[in-house]
Amino acid sequence: MFDVLFDQASDGQRYLDWLMSGLGWTLALAFFGWWIAFAVGVLVGVGRTVERRSVALLARLYVEIFRNIPVLVQMFLWYFVLPEILPAAAGGWLKQLPPPWGSFLPALACLSFYTASRVAEQVRAGIEALPKGQAEATRALGLSSVQAYRLVILPQALRLIVPSLTSEVMAIYKNTSVALTIGLLELTAQARQVSEETFQTFAAFGAATLAYLTLALVAYGLMTLVDRRFHIPGPAQRSRPRFGRLRTAKGA
Amino acid sequence: MQAIDFTVVLQAWPYLCSGLAFSLALTATAFTAGIVLGTGLALAQHLEIPVLGHADRIYIATMRSIPLILVLFWFFFLVPIILGSLSPDGRPISIGPTSTAFITFCLFEAAYYSEIIRVGLRALNRGQVEASHALGLTTPQAYRYVVLPQVARTVAPIVLSQTIILFQDTSLVYVLSLTDLVGAASKLVQLNGRFVELSVTVALVYLAICSLASHCVAILKRRTAAHAAQR
Repeated sequence: MFDVLFDQASDGQRYLDWLMSGLGWTLALAFFGWWIAFAVGVLVGVGRTVERRSVALLARLYVEIFRNIPVLVQMFLWYFVLPEILPAAAGGWLKQLPPPWGSFLPALACLSFYTASRVAEQVRAGIEALPKGQAEATRALGLSSVQAYRLVILPQALRLIVPSLTSEVMAIYKNTSVALTIGLLELTAQARQVSEETFQTFAAFGAATLAYLTLALVAYGLMTLVDRRFHIPGPAQRSRPRFGRLRTAKGA
Repeated sequence: MQAIDFTVVLQAWPYLCSGLAFSLALTATAFTAGIVLGTGLALAQHLEIPVLGHADRIYIATMRSIPLILVLFWFFFLVPIILGSLSPDGRPISIGPTSTAFITFCLFEAAYYSEIIRVGLRALNRGQVEASHALGLTTPQAYRYVVLPQVARTVAPIVLSQTIILFQDTSLVYVLSLTDLVGAASKLVQLNGRFVELSVTVALVYLAICSLASHCVAILKRRTAAHAAQR
């Protein structure tokens, strides 16, 4: 069934190479996007729990905006609208980036900031799930609030939310496919191209589906390892990350 | 480029509204069918019905592991073939992108809803079914009158959050060139080139609807939690 993937395509490569190149872009987008999303998400999630009103309000505004606009629309905003509203020099530079960077960078920004809003909600839920005594004890010990977050609150909160972060990891690699709407030839786009060139739709989509399923298993396996390594020991019953766990866990 | 001018949005408003109506109709249909089908799938797994229970686990895991756009492409290609194999002459029957989108979203969302409902079923005390049996209810009656109403109440906030995500996801029918809110805007852009004004408008419409809806869900969630605490 997959024989056609080893045939030569119009550009001299094999169709399999097209799919592999698509897979590469999907992975790059998901990998880098995840780390940016995680960093921004932790910052914003912390911001939602601090006492200073202005910071909490800004963090909340961030989550509201980035979580309530569809990824596709955000993709268009980054790709089409941002270069227009930037100063002419910066906008022109963005528009003239050679492919695939011209679509990769907006897609990366879009997925990172969208996923960050979801991570932030999980981080907030994790921080709020900690007993109040933890924060009070840090104050009694004379820690500054930065020290309290860095040394006491975040280490515990992040370990609590590993299972819910699993679903965000799985969501970001699936959302990479939305980048095809701004012209990035990631896995789904390449599968469609192969199908259009060869008319072997089963083989093309089947191979892509298998690749995504493998990615899901790898992401799930990695997150289970992370959870096993970092989970807070103790008698408390905790839920393990489940394969294809609810996207809308605690924080939603 | 042209100066930014939001008056074009006023002229475009009726067309955008017709697009929004399509998005809402798709959401409502997928919600209704997804809940019905999802409950069935969840029950088949929960009651460990042989073969069916396993098959629907594979179905749900697969649906949840691949991107919605790929699912849309799959169905766009597969549905005519499946319908064709059911018809007497066995030739593929084309049903057009609109019906494809409706079928895909119903089946896709069923997988997500079923996972939520299944967790709700598992969280319910087993004593509820046993008590129903002790009272002389049959298993279908127990689920119909005792179990499902309670599960519905506990999972309602999560189901509604998922529905907000579903509403956002309907924008992806753009890849089938349908005229939902995003599709309507993109067709107007092809005519007048006003993509800044139209993209921003579309973003604001989604933002308004989804923010409002998530606030309602948050209120419902607090009530559900308070109700659970009372018991």
